Amino acid sequence: MGVRPSRRLAVFLAVLVASLFLFPLVARSYSLYLAMQILILSVFSLGFNLLFGYAGLLSFGQAGFFAVGAYGCAKILLAVPNLFLGLVGGIVAAGIVAFLLGILCVRHTRIYFSMLTLAFGMMIFSIALKWRDFTGGDDGLVGIPRAPLEIPGLLTISVANLEQYYYVVLVVSLLSVLGMYRLVHSPLGLTLQAIRDSESRAEFAGVPVRNYRLVAFTIAGLYAGVAGALLAPLENTITPPIAHWSASAEPVMATLLGGIHVFGGPIVGAFLFFMIKDIIVRFTQYWLIWLGAIVVILVMGFRGGVLSILVERLMPWRPTRPMVTRRKA
Amino acid sequence: MSDLLRLEGVSKRFGEFVAVNDVTLFIPAGRLTAIIGPNGAGKTTIINLATGAFAPDAGIIRFKGDPVTHLSTHDRVRRGLSRSFQIMNIFPRLTVLQNVLLPVLCRRGRTGVALTPVEGEREAVAEVERILGEIGLLDQRDAPAGALSHGDQRLLELGIAIAPGPELCFLDEPSAGLTPVERATVLELIRKLFAERRTTFVIVEHDMDVVFSLSDWIVVMNRGRVLAEGPPAEIRENREVREVYLGEELTA
Repeated sequence: MGVRPSRRLAVFLAVLVASLFLFPLVARSYSLYLAMQILILSVFSLGFNLLFGYAGLLSFGQAGFFAVGAYGCAKILLAVPNLFLGLVGGIVAAGIVAFLLGILCVRHTRIYFSMLTLAFGMMIFSIALKWRDFTGGDDGLVGIPRAPLEIPGLLTISVANLEQYYYVVLVVSLLSVLGMYRLVHSPLGLTLQAIRDSESRAEFAGVPVRNYRLVAFTIAGLYAGVAGALLAPLENTITPPIAHWSASAEPVMATLLGGIHVFGGPIVGAFLFFMIKDIIVRFTQYWLIWLGAIVVILVMGFRGGVLSILVERLMPWRPTRPMVTRRKA
Repeated sequence: MSDLLRLEGVSKRFGEFVAVNDVTLFIPAGRLTAIIGPNGAGKTTIINLATGAFAPDAGIIRFKGDPVTHLSTHDRVRRGLSRSFQIMNIFPRLTVLQNVLLPVLCRRGRTGVALTPVEGEREAVAEVERILGEIGLLDQRDAPAGALSHGDQRLLELGIAIAPGPELCFLDEPSAGLTPVERATVLELIRKLFAERRTTFVIVEHDMDVVFSLSDWIVVMNRGRVLAEGPPAEIRENREVREVYLGEELTA
């Protein structure tokens, strides 16, 4: 008798997490940097996919909230050298901005929603570019310190070097993944998926649909904020392009690569995104063309993304897609 | 007031087209009412107005005595008013169990619970299993709803409609597109639910066999107005009704 598949998965995840914790022992700083970028994009994409894969809303403006998190964290760190305050401040700022813009965005769905998010994202980009006194304009904010992580009366950890900061990124990312996992498997997660499948049916089941969309939008904004806040101390410099709409495409690409209907899709996608980029960049500076081509092939040939295909191959009894898909009337 | 639902002078127009024209209609509790009429008579619009999908241009809608004219759909559902759809409207990617679980969680105020697994909602799941038993879909509880046969999707639709525990439930053509056998199953189910749950049903139907065998009271609509209403025997004899609507089918 073989090992039960859920146990096999648990073992795989345990090994994965353990190797992530041991990674700094063997990795050089470039690999560490790359690993952190992957973790950050994973968190960013998981939030994006709560909106897209679970609630059925395609946002093209997530980079705006990412930037609010990054700039928020950077401004705090430049004023008060405490990483804990910086992260929390950046995340809260992103959540508030997402909540306020969400009130307007969730009034619409489909392409209208996407256009609204694109427009708001570009407004945030403009603010980052033009509000020189606060954001530093196109020079951005420089010299963001990797200040110690200090929770008053509880702990003080120095995170100045890359290995130390890696653990901050890793722990925050794992907590975010765990939180999202619990969320999508909770009654709230079910409600969002129901809204995705049929808005009118959900409303007639008694769900105040718009409020729940706003909840999803705000949580996605918070996750973008987490990712952005983690990036600021890593890069030490934050510039407006992180808010640009083309940056909003990164979680879209990563999620499509990995699969929108599997929980781990965005994480696998974020990994593939950076691996593909890293390999292609060695041969050509036009890496985006190749990445785009790969995404096109995946979307057309393997509709569910890489992880869905794997899940279907390895666990055929657990379909990730229903056999019949029905268009909404 | 024993009327569950009262539409008082309700009108709805779409541009030039008057879909519902000054309709006054009382639905008392415990009477199985059928609304019939030719295409475009305004039957489905009546459901949409009563359940809050549209706001009327004129008139008042009362549910259990309270005006609900401008309440949102989900608020009306919470007060005990639900519906099924003419065009199949289920959650195709969710399992059969999850389809019915949503309205049950909603009634129990549990849809906002964010960090505990949905399987932990044992009372709600038990209630859903009872409903699935009633509609005969318990053995397919873990199948994706989109993969069910048309007839089973109709049954599921009915299950979602009764899951909020409504006092009044509109069924919009519950037997549309069903085989005779499936139709008999659905009819039997509606009768059983009516008897056991004391839910008041209002059905909109094209199938005259269904209408006359099932309902206690028939409302005939034509061109946005109520043409006649009364018990089936009376409607069958009504001259005007026979002329505009029933003519061919009953004199054949």
